[in-house]
Amino acid sequence: MENLKQVSEYKWEMNRDYKPGMRVPGTIYADMELVRLAERDRALEQVANVAFLPGIVDRSLAMPDIHWGYGFPIGGVAAFGKDGVVSPGGVGFDISCGVRLVKTNLDEADVKPSLGELVAAMAANIPKGLGVRGRIHSPEGVLRKVFTGGVKAVVSMGYGRESDLEYLERGGVCREADPGKVSARAYERGKDQLGTLGSGNHFLEVQVVERIFLPEVARAFGLHEGQVVVMIHSGSRGVGHQICTDHLKVMDAVVRRTGLELPDRQLGCAPLGSREADDYMAAMACACNYAMGNRQALMHWTRHSFERHFKSSERKLGMDLMFDVSHNIARMETHESNGKRTELCVHRKGATASFPPGHPEVPRAYAQTGQPVIIPGDVGTHSYVLVGTPEAMTESFGSTCHGAGRTMSRSKAKKTISGSELRERLKAQGIIVMAGKDSQLAEEAPEAYKDVSRVVDVCEGAGLSRKVAMMRPLGVLKG
Amino acid sequence: MKKYRVIEHTADIGIEAEADSLEELFEVAAEGMFSFIIDPSLVSEVERRHVEIDAADLEELMFSWLNELAYMLGADGLLLSRFDIERVATTRLEAMVWGEPIDPDRHRDAEEVKAATYHQMAVEKREGTWLARIIFDV
Repeated sequence: MENLKQVSEYKWEMNRDYKPGMRVPGTIYADMELVRLAERDRALEQVANVAFLPGIVDRSLAMPDIHWGYGFPIGGVAAFGKDGVVSPGGVGFDISCGVRLVKTNLDEADVKPSLGELVAAMAANIPKGLGVRGRIHSPEGVLRKVFTGGVKAVVSMGYGRESDLEYLERGGVCREADPGKVSARAYERGKDQLGTLGSGNHFLEVQVVERIFLPEVARAFGLHEGQVVVMIHSGSRGVGHQICTDHLKVMDAVVRRTGLELPDRQLGCAPLGSREADDYMAAMACACNYAMGNRQALMHWTRHSFERHFKSSERKLGMDLMFDVSHNIARMETHESNGKRTELCVHRKGATASFPPGHPEVPRAYAQTGQPVIIPGDVGTHSYVLVGTPEAMTESFGSTCHGAGRTMSRSKAKKTISGSELRERLKAQGIIVMAGKDSQLAEEAPEAYKDVSRVVDVCEGAGLSRKVAMMRPLGVLKG
Repeated sequence: MKKYRVIEHTADIGIEAEADSLEELFEVAAEGMFSFIIDPSLVSEVERRHVEIDAADLEELMFSWLNELAYMLGADGLLLSRFDIERVATTRLEAMVWGEPIDPDRHRDAEEVKAATYHQMAVEKREGTWLARIIFDV
């Protein structure tokens, strides 16, 4: 592994000779084995490619769950100063894919006996899969409201409570949004998808908190051992994908026009402050609002499903929103760079914000503890809640991992893993899975992913975040 | 001659396609993409659409062609089984495509392809044969 040096147990430096043309070095947060995996699937080359981009500040970063993506690796973080760029590849097609965690005051014994029916009730309530229409009819007028108002708009439509807004990144609204910058195409794709789970690795999971690592923080988050919680992993659906496709095309033309040499076409970008960059940021914010609104609707139906199943009310069941994070996004943030506080465009693609106590972005409820970070596991494996740290601000622009990251292609997983056998294996562990085809389930098998526990341990070891709670799945609704 | 094969990619899927003509290359690329979505024998030719694409170069043409089909799938729930390229040049394509809207019962096993990407994309002619490589976001 030439031009890669291990500088501490969980930190590797990639010097600029790794690939001539790098403007800055790279840093990979990983242990030895994760670095080897990253080199094998050529994700490290992508870390190097990102370093070619103009205006990149400090270094091109990689989280331990890094794997090959489009342009930027998934698990990639990069920040740009005012002479820098914004790049849709640094955000991803599923803009603002993210995770939310909903609390309950139930414990495993309350849920276990009728788990199958509960999961079935949620399956009946929540639209998922391809071509399935959402339950919220959203013609252009409604979409404009959601693109502008995010969760606030969705709550005003009757989905959830005003108080939910206090437990969201940015209060549930990205204010830079401009629905005029979203194409007609994206509106078409959005009109039937609001309140749908999606497919691929999206899921809705009933979990039980198995272990608490930081009791004080857990208490502030409202989590305790034995508690049943619900995790929702979903994104901006067709809207985000269309916006990414639309703006990649525009940025392509910008790159051609300016003659910028890029090692990968998918790193198409535009200079910050240019019309093309501003248009993308405004459209991306719409997708972010749509994604958060989507998760709000999914939570609403989850609450309803629990209400009907337990013949109670969501308030009596204590179904409060713990938090919601996006892990595919680019934002203007203030960071300290070379001793100065500067506005940077921070790209997190498959990485989550990990802000410390007292950070202005952290909701009031968590000001003393720092931001909750929600890490979804894979089918049948543990998920985590982490908390942000001051070190993350100096190490990684306030960022940490997002999940486990794939190690095996979908086609290989379908060939080598039996979906039905996996279903049986999970059933033997007491986990109920509602998924479509067995082959779709096979694609999401834990063997096809890195070990999420290890990824989370590396982030802790590197100081990027700290473990607060670990959850075990009870029932999964797979998209 | 026109054919395609599936290629491995960690997070998603791809194809490598070969054809004698550029028209057939664009047709087989679409067939390859839809092979991930649905078994074509399950799709009736109930609807037909005319597609026109303009682009700056051949790669963008392929990118836009396949993403147009992905858009029709995502926005209209349209499954396609047959593709006929009427005219294709470096910067423009006209085609007719056939298929039907997704039927939740008959097409329960349909899987989504969200987009074609530029990642490792190639569209080129080598020794008289047209070749393409495209990776899809699923």
